[in-house]
Amino acid sequence: MEILLGQEEAVTAERDLILKAQAGESDAFGELVQRYMRRAYYAALGFVGSPEDAMDLSQDAFARAYRARHRINPDMPFYTWYYQILRRLCFNFTRDRSLHRRKIRDQKSWIVDDATFRSSERDPQRNIEREEIRRKVREAIDTLPDREREVLVLKEFEGLKYREIADVVGIPIGTVMSRLYSARKHLAAAIEEMER
Amino acid sequence: MTGNHEEHPERARALMMAALDGELSSVEQAELDRMLFTDETLREEWERLKTVKEVTGTMTFREPPEEVWDRYWVSIYNQAERGLGWLLFSVGLIGVFAWAGWQWVDELLADTGIPIWVKLAIFAAVFGGGILFFSVVRERWFTRRHDPYREVKR
Repeated sequence: MEILLGQEEAVTAERDLILKAQAGESDAFGELVQRYMRRAYYAALGFVGSPEDAMDLSQDAFARAYRARHRINPDMPFYTWYYQILRRLCFNFTRDRSLHRRKIRDQKSWIVDDATFRSSERDPQRNIEREEIRRKVREAIDTLPDREREVLVLKEFEGLKYREIADVVGIPIGTVMSRLYSARKHLAAAIEEMER
Repeated sequence: MTGNHEEHPERARALMMAALDGELSSVEQAELDRMLFTDETLREEWERLKTVKEVTGTMTFREPPEEVWDRYWVSIYNQAERGLGWLLFSVGLIGVFAWAGWQWVDELLADTGIPIWVKLAIFAAVFGGGILFFSVVRERWFTRRHDPYREVKR
């Protein structure tokens, strides 16, 4: 019950911020940015794989959202609306990058192992094997088609529920599951190939 | 429904995904268990997918330095402000050039020393240039909006 009340308060607060931003208070929009900047950055990172490009794209999407703030529906979640701008920018960016065969600006992987799992394996040999599998999976994630990687990132890295993924991406839950299945099957194949 | 996933591959996949992500009801869990019990191929696939889930579960995003968040909103505000600046600058410049062009054409037409065919030639060149410019701009704008493959990797 308390969680529901908290959620309701957050929705009302967000609605107020949108209305204030639409009335010309740039600080209110700034507060919306503060709320979602990390999520936006990580979403872009999942798309483009480069921290610098992810930063630029997520900021560009916010700048566009700011200029179009009068079109925001205050009764709808801000992030869902913003995410449409962001994903379009990211899709265009990855398309242009592959068209011009540009390389990713930062060669370091955008994925790291969670610190809590890093040294959980006591057997050194097993630890090396696990690290090799993780490296292979990281590489395989980068080669996934954009739409499959998008859903995988939202599920695995952002921890969204299927319903939430369906809402932000604008697809049915069944499609969320089938894209996840394809993505995971691809990753499973990468692990299998390594084990052979 | 039988437990053979080949008859209902979509259902089996959906159940496996939901099971991995903790979004399965007890009824659906029982359905998946039945499928796994009767189908060895599905069991093998299930084990592979579980391994993937275990691995991805140990991964997270590489975090940027904390300082970037301090400048984040300021950069966006500056970007948006400059966007407005560029828009006003461009609109103003187009207005000034349009006015200057009109003055030039007006003076040209009023000048009785220039033969009429030269005036017509200049007028045709300027008018043709205008048509070409708008045609190219319109085509690019239309392609950008309606390209069905714009999100497709080539």
